[in-house]
Amino acid sequence: MTYFIDRRANAKHKSAVNRQRFLDRYRTHIKRSVEEAVNRRSITDMERGEKVSIPARDISEPVFQHGPGGERTIVAPGNKEFVEGDRLRRPGGGGGGGAGEGSASNQGEGMDEFAFSLTREEFLDFVFDGLELPHLERKQLKDLDEVRPVRAGISRDGVPARINIVRSMREAHARRIAMRAPIRRALREAQEALDAEERKDAVLRNPTRIAELKAEIERLEKRLEAVPFIDTYDLRYNNLTNQPQPSNKAVMFCIMDVSGSMTQAHKDIAKRFFLLLYLFLERNYEKVELVFVRHHTAAKEVDEEEFFYSRETGGTIVSSALTLVDEIIADRYPAGQWNLYVAQASDGDNWDDDSTTCRDLLLKSLMPRLQYFTYVEITPHAHQALWEEYETVAARFPSRFAMRQIVEGNDIYPVFRELFRRREEA
Amino acid sequence: MTLRKPIASGSDWNFEVLDTFEREIARLADEYRLDTYPNQIEVITSEQMMDAYASVGMPVGYHHWSFGKQFLAVEQAYRRGQMGLAYELVINSDPCIAYLMEENTLMMQVLVMAHACYGHNSFFKGNYLFRTWTDASSIIDYLVFARKYVAECEERHGVQAVEQLLDACHALQNYGVDRYKRPSPISAAEEAQRQKEREAYLQAQVNTLWRTIPNLSGSEPEEALPNDDDPLGLHQHQRYPPEPQENLLYFIEKNAPLLAPWQREIVRIVRKLAQYFYPQRQTQVMNEGWATFWHYTLMHRMFDDGLVDEGLMLEFLQSHTAVVNQPDFDSPLYGGINPYALGFAMFSDIKRICQSPTDEDREWFPDTADSDWLETLHFAMRNFKDESFIQQFLSPKVIRDLKLFSVVDDDQEEMLEVSAIHDERGYQRVREALSVQYALSVREPNIQVYAADIRGDRSLTLRHIQDRRRPLAKSVYPVIRHLHQLWGFTVKLESLEEGEVVRRYQWPLPEEGRRDST
Repeated sequence: MTYFIDRRANAKHKSAVNRQRFLDRYRTHIKRSVEEAVNRRSITDMERGEKVSIPARDISEPVFQHGPGGERTIVAPGNKEFVEGDRLRRPGGGGGGGAGEGSASNQGEGMDEFAFSLTREEFLDFVFDGLELPHLERKQLKDLDEVRPVRAGISRDGVPARINIVRSMREAHARRIAMRAPIRRALREAQEALDAEERKDAVLRNPTRIAELKAEIERLEKRLEAVPFIDTYDLRYNNLTNQPQPSNKAVMFCIMDVSGSMTQAHKDIAKRFFLLLYLFLERNYEKVELVFVRHHTAAKEVDEEEFFYSRETGGTIVSSALTLVDEIIADRYPAGQWNLYVAQASDGDNWDDDSTTCRDLLLKSLMPRLQYFTYVEITPHAHQALWEEYETVAARFPSRFAMRQIVEGNDIYPVFRELFRRREEA
Repeated sequence: MTLRKPIASGSDWNFEVLDTFEREIARLADEYRLDTYPNQIEVITSEQMMDAYASVGMPVGYHHWSFGKQFLAVEQAYRRGQMGLAYELVINSDPCIAYLMEENTLMMQVLVMAHACYGHNSFFKGNYLFRTWTDASSIIDYLVFARKYVAECEERHGVQAVEQLLDACHALQNYGVDRYKRPSPISAAEEAQRQKEREAYLQAQVNTLWRTIPNLSGSEPEEALPNDDDPLGLHQHQRYPPEPQENLLYFIEKNAPLLAPWQREIVRIVRKLAQYFYPQRQTQVMNEGWATFWHYTLMHRMFDDGLVDEGLMLEFLQSHTAVVNQPDFDSPLYGGINPYALGFAMFSDIKRICQSPTDEDREWFPDTADSDWLETLHFAMRNFKDESFIQQFLSPKVIRDLKLFSVVDDDQEEMLEVSAIHDERGYQRVREALSVQYALSVREPNIQVYAADIRGDRSLTLRHIQDRRRPLAKSVYPVIRHLHQLWGFTVKLESLEEGEVVRRYQWPLPEEGRRDST
């Protein structure tokens, strides 16, 4: 006896729990691999999972086994030239591997490593594990322009598309009961009177009264029928009102110095930093827009390609970029609707007297509107005026202004983690 | 040649076609007297197959990270294309559950039905090991019980606590089987019902065992308790247990002093499942060989009867050849002896010996030669395990065909020595050596519970009887650490060679132990 069962529609991912348990158990290992991967990866490359290797000995499930040594006999197939009594050198010098239970891996990847793939989601989970966007408490409702229609009860007016059928029918039913009740009562009384009249002895009957009552009953029945099944008066509509809501949109300004002192290596570091920030914002907001502003002595809004790859030379005036950002915000991204993030990368060079301008611009105009400002200085050298001026800004807005120094590529991820580390609530 | 009226052609399948094929296979299998459990054939997707694969063939399993690891490994191998996914997966249960993957071609589905639903299935029902040690009708119920019980424990005692316990049990699960005694049948309903009772009873027993206060000063032995209180004679000064115990997990379940009742129950669950898989570990070659032999035979019968067309047959032969391929020892593809290849070669050869024996066969297999091949094959399937099957039926022809040879690796010698090859002088010894190679008792170190010091420091002593001076691998320390976690007190392990202790292992390590106690 045999029966077939089609299980294809059943849930897959039966192993999801076990998979998750495995990932949890080896969290530290995986995190280390992910960190290395982030530093190693090229910039456009974050959008995929990652292969992670864990030393096999760390995740082995030990059992009692025979170790090397002692005496053992191994039977193997495919003898070509051996005859009994032949002596041969030990392969690989080791004391003969496990008998029979050969478990050679096919290519390259030895069995010393247990390799598996994280999905993109899992990978990013690990990348951003324990991080949070500072100042994420979204803007006060009153200065929000963003609205969203929400259900707000039932109303008598509305468009036919929003008729609430159940409520309308209920109203109609109630109205019908209310309107019919007095008619029914009158009808019943008339009927009773008629019956009483007709029960009387034939000589005592009053034919006029009977005719009157019959006419009355007929009239009442007509009225009863005339009560409409549904009336415009009954109709109810689902009511929608516009509710202001916290903005779910963010815009990220990438500001980079492209003066002659910034090499391609500097730019690569900056790019990775921007990318991490972008991915991170993307996880927190429904929609993230990017604005690229590059500057030397003058600032210009450019597209991504130009931002990272075209070369410029010249001096450096940082305030030009900040001014441009300020204008763009005023122009296109009203602070009520957008969460504004600025990430700036530079090698720290600036015209001396420009740095104070930058500071004033930030303090007076930009910072009050921004969610967060990060500044990374990519330089192995000592700090210059810009850094010092920014420090005063940081002192004024400790929770919304962050600055760090990056010396080489490997610093990016640690610096990023440090900037966005989840702060424990005191 | 018969007129060919194939049931279907092409590589697409649908349920009607599968049903027709299944009925034909069943009819032919019946001719060959293949006695099977009812079949439950489940059609699943490749992702579901990966899930099934990862849970080591249990259709329902409790949660544990090691299954997640397994899953990731399978997924990785599948993605890299290293592994064709699950040729077949069949569960020894009644009804016998077999999986068909929806991506398979028609040929594959037919092949898997012949292989799993009639080959493996009849093996599960017929082989003496499975008949003795597993209870096909109750395994699914028991798995459901186990899953529920473990989940409840996780809820009550925390995932971590359960996970640690399972880790420890898994490390010892190969030592959680009764090798000689038939275990009592398992049934979920009874299991759940009796579990409460057992908890109380077990605890009471353990309490008796440990009633004496540890007596380090070695003063006067306590008076022997009345027999009723001391059924095991624990309080007479004899070693406990009086006989060495091979079933480590059973010993732990019944005797570990500090385990809570739920922990004992989980030890029991792991032990029961290990017992369930025990016959499979001992009959790899036979089981696969038997199933391969039958899919080969059944497919050819269907071809002869004109039920399948040439295209399907060619595809089948290609697939079958890949399955029974045996790379040579010096090939980069070599990964040990392929159980499909060896098993198929042996069963086919038994048939040959019965039908057209040579003089050599008559000399080697006087009983088998010229007997009824079907009868003999069934006899072989029913009454052997890999070890004895090879010992009994590995013929010189198979040794020659596979060019088997044996090498002795002795660490006291500088060179390896070829001890026997496929020649007149070697057949017997190659056969002997291969049989030993499949003996679980040789493959796994022989370790037994030797003594539990119930009157002294409560330490547990295990004894490892070395086989041909082969020492234990380094994994011994993590394993006895797990054992220590279950036992709760010091665990010692002694390796014996010819009656003398040659190595001692201990956990916690002796120095640490001293530091701990001061």
